[in-house]
Amino acid sequence: MAVIGTKAPGGLKARWTLIDIIVVVYALVPVLWILSLSFKTKDTLADRNFFPREWTWQNYIDIFNTSEFLRALLNSIGIAVIATVIAVVLGTMAAYAIARLDFPGKRLLVGVSLLIAMFPQVSLVTPLFEMERSLGLFDTWPGLILPYITFALPLAIYTLSAFFREIPWELEKAAKMDGATPAQAFRRVIAPLAAPGVFTTAILVFIFCWNDFLFAISLTSTTASRTVPAALSFFQGSSRFEDPTGTVSAAAVVITIPIILFVLFFQRRIVAGLTSGAVKG
Amino acid sequence: MAEIVLDKVTKRYPDGALAVSEVDIRIADGEFVILVGPSGCGKSTTLNMIAGLEDITEGELRIDGERVNERAPKDRDIAMVFQSYALYPHMSVRENMAFPLRLAKVDKETVRQKVEEAARILDLTQHLDRKPGNLSGGQRQRVAMGRAIVRDPKAFLMDEPLSNLDAKLRVQMRTSVAKLQKRLGTTTVYVTHDQTEAMTLGDRVVVMRGGLVQQIGSPQSLYEQPANLFVAGFIGSPSMNFLPATLADGHLHTPLGDFPLTDRVRRLAETANAPRELIMGLRPEHFEDAGLLDDAEKARGGTFTASVDVLESMGSDKYAYFTVEGETATSAELEELAAESGSTEMTDNGSQVVTRLSAASGARIGSDLTVWFDPDKIHLFDPQDGRTLTYSS
Repeated sequence: MAVIGTKAPGGLKARWTLIDIIVVVYALVPVLWILSLSFKTKDTLADRNFFPREWTWQNYIDIFNTSEFLRALLNSIGIAVIATVIAVVLGTMAAYAIARLDFPGKRLLVGVSLLIAMFPQVSLVTPLFEMERSLGLFDTWPGLILPYITFALPLAIYTLSAFFREIPWELEKAAKMDGATPAQAFRRVIAPLAAPGVFTTAILVFIFCWNDFLFAISLTSTTASRTVPAALSFFQGSSRFEDPTGTVSAAAVVITIPIILFVLFFQRRIVAGLTSGAVKG
Repeated sequence: MAEIVLDKVTKRYPDGALAVSEVDIRIADGEFVILVGPSGCGKSTTLNMIAGLEDITEGELRIDGERVNERAPKDRDIAMVFQSYALYPHMSVRENMAFPLRLAKVDKETVRQKVEEAARILDLTQHLDRKPGNLSGGQRQRVAMGRAIVRDPKAFLMDEPLSNLDAKLRVQMRTSVAKLQKRLGTTTVYVTHDQTEAMTLGDRVVVMRGGLVQQIGSPQSLYEQPANLFVAGFIGSPSMNFLPATLADGHLHTPLGDFPLTDRVRRLAETANAPRELIMGLRPEHFEDAGLLDDAEKARGGTFTASVDVLESMGSDKYAYFTVEGETATSAELEELAAESGSTEMTDNGSQVVTRLSAASGARIGSDLTVWFDPDKIHLFDPQDGRTLTYSS
């Protein structure tokens, strides 16, 4: 009995492990390939080897030696962080209202924000281009931050209102009874409980802004506001005949790092079930 | 410590629904008052209005003689224990209990003393540094009580604080709550739907139905002198038996047989101008196995014979259930009570009578038993409006 009992879950575990490995490998191969390319020398780029035969940092040195890439990195970080902060702050307020209050036009608001999320962004690029040019926003930071906020807000509102709905309303009433002003109740009871939701949302919004290529390529024209995804497409070798694959790969690896750090840093804070124990059950 | 006065307090929702209608209650300093009634009767709304969590549409709420209608909950100096406990999950037990004190800007040393004092009273000392998520239901309940008592408020409000506990713990906590309230002497308003809790805990009980106060009184007076059918049926377990009755020439014709009214009941019925068609109520304990009584006693009351449907032996007593032939008593109040208790078990022919007999009774399921009842203990109600005809309220 004991043998059978341990064997069956063991087999199941092995099967799951195998499936997991396949999925992870499938997802990671392209990423690892780019990593590998970024370490290859110019001559061995097309040698079809997964592991570089000659390792070099030259590609990384090259990209950090061009002001173009550094400037784009700065643009990316600045634009994504500002857009994330604004979208999360606005989204928190809107989501709190949607989850907690009954006000006229609530369904309309939710509906409209859903509509924005569904709207094909491609169709907006041309009008946005024209509008931003006449408003003087074209090729500026606000010119990208504004559309990013617009498209990140529905995402933020949706994620956050789900989190707010999870927080028992009675906690807020209890805080009021304990002598808290609405602001104190929000700051000391609701906000700490909503923190995992806020961080999750921040990560999602940041990734959305960081990864965007469509607006970045359409609404910028110079290094003044061009973000990394757009700047990558302008990477060229020092001469027409030089293959820029190595430097593009190195740049791609570099811009992936902030995302990984961001997720790793906040992962600890995204603890599910933080509200357990507030109410019965 | 405070006196709480509700003066024609009314709650009407924006959609026009009337939740609470002109409630008048004067709660004395240090009194333990229970609001009881079926779900949707307005008892929680009333409590929330005292707390300040819901606005008062009309009327006035006074605490210590001061109108507080417009004051925010935090300015009323009232503590509340919620049905769900509403503990802050990100804070330890100590922080939970200290929260109201820290908001009140009490200095740290006093906070520590008060929290530890409350923890000692509630037997929570060894749990002070744990998070609510790691506590049992009973412990969480005590933390919620602790958070209420630390800051020594003018009054406690409790919204069904025991309803999430299992039956045994509930009985245990019931006595602790009563003891705690007596010890602290703080005015307390307690909401429950459980009539047993209401009867055992309160100095006074307020029975509500459909947003209206039905009767206010001590548990014993509600039990002995219910003002109407609803109170009579709601208070007491098992509940009062209701049977249709016809009054003619000082005799009452009922499914239990015909019998003359006693002098006391007749006088009251005459004063109340009783109609011909009535509803008679009789509590289970006013029945007895006729075989256990001597003739003189038997002659004082009426008897009926019926077959025992169900017999529940409680050790000290036996509950015997009978079905008596004839029509059943009907009124809006009785239907609501039946819906509340979930008794869908309507007998097709006749009404059910529950009797409490001595343990010595030889009642057996399925066999006939002659049962005596005390006609002096009957209650008579007007089937039209449910008011009592046999007691002046």
